[in-house]
Amino acid sequence: MKTSRHFPLKIYLFIVLMVILGPLGNVLLGKGMKHIGTTSSWSLSGLIHLVARLSGSGVIWLGLLCLMAFFAVYMLVLSWADYSYVQPASAVAYALVALMGHFLLGEVVTPVRWAGVLIICLGVLVVGHTPPRTTESRG
Amino acid sequence: MKIEIILLLLIMVAGTAGELCVARAMQAVGPATDLRPVGLIRLLRRALQNGWMWLGFLLMAVAFFSLLEMFSLENVSFVVPVTALSYGFGALGGKIFLREQVTRRRWAGVLLVCLGVGLVLIGQH
Repeated sequence: MKTSRHFPLKIYLFIVLMVILGPLGNVLLGKGMKHIGTTSSWSLSGLIHLVARLSGSGVIWLGLLCLMAFFAVYMLVLSWADYSYVQPASAVAYALVALMGHFLLGEVVTPVRWAGVLIICLGVLVVGHTPPRTTESRG
Repeated sequence: MKIEIILLLLIMVAGTAGELCVARAMQAVGPATDLRPVGLIRLLRRALQNGWMWLGFLLMAVAFFSLLEMFSLENVSFVVPVTALSYGFGALGGKIFLREQVTRRRWAGVLLVCLGVGLVLIGQH
């Protein structure tokens, strides 16, 4: 089994960045979409109208910026570690989403849902104890 | 409720498939070693020359617009955790499509994540 022992700290740091940028982008988009509302039709004109409304929202732009930064970091992490490592490891984001949904958007998060978030975090810890990279580069 | 189920499926299936394609492209590009802006631009250029990356973008775009629509229908603290069900597909895709060695411990972690998602779902009601 090939493992990446050269960049573990770098992988963790970039996963932390992913965990911050992804949920932040989602929360901002959630906030923006709540304000804009749903599209009434999936026709071309309906979608154009939706895009026009989206492009006029500063919150949506900020959310998109966060998600673009998230994606750049995500690409870097995937160049160092397995997808089956990065995907569950980034699940810590769910705790952040619940926290931000609760504190920023005033959403109700029940105790059972908090328990779910904790188990997700436990799962992430278990995955975090496996080798980050098990494949060779295909390049 | 029907539209919510369709949107959730699109978010999970297209999203995971898109991420797997991006991971495949990054496997081909190789590990990033130069984190200066010039190095990052070079890495991005190499990644964009890979067909898997574009297919990944397309699938992720489908998932993204479904997510946007879903946000306007449901709370963000419900929508985002539910999409974690894709973790099972992700581990399977990593094993089959990317030929990663998904050990028992990694599977156990993924299962815990899925269990947590189940509780998050139950906790909504």
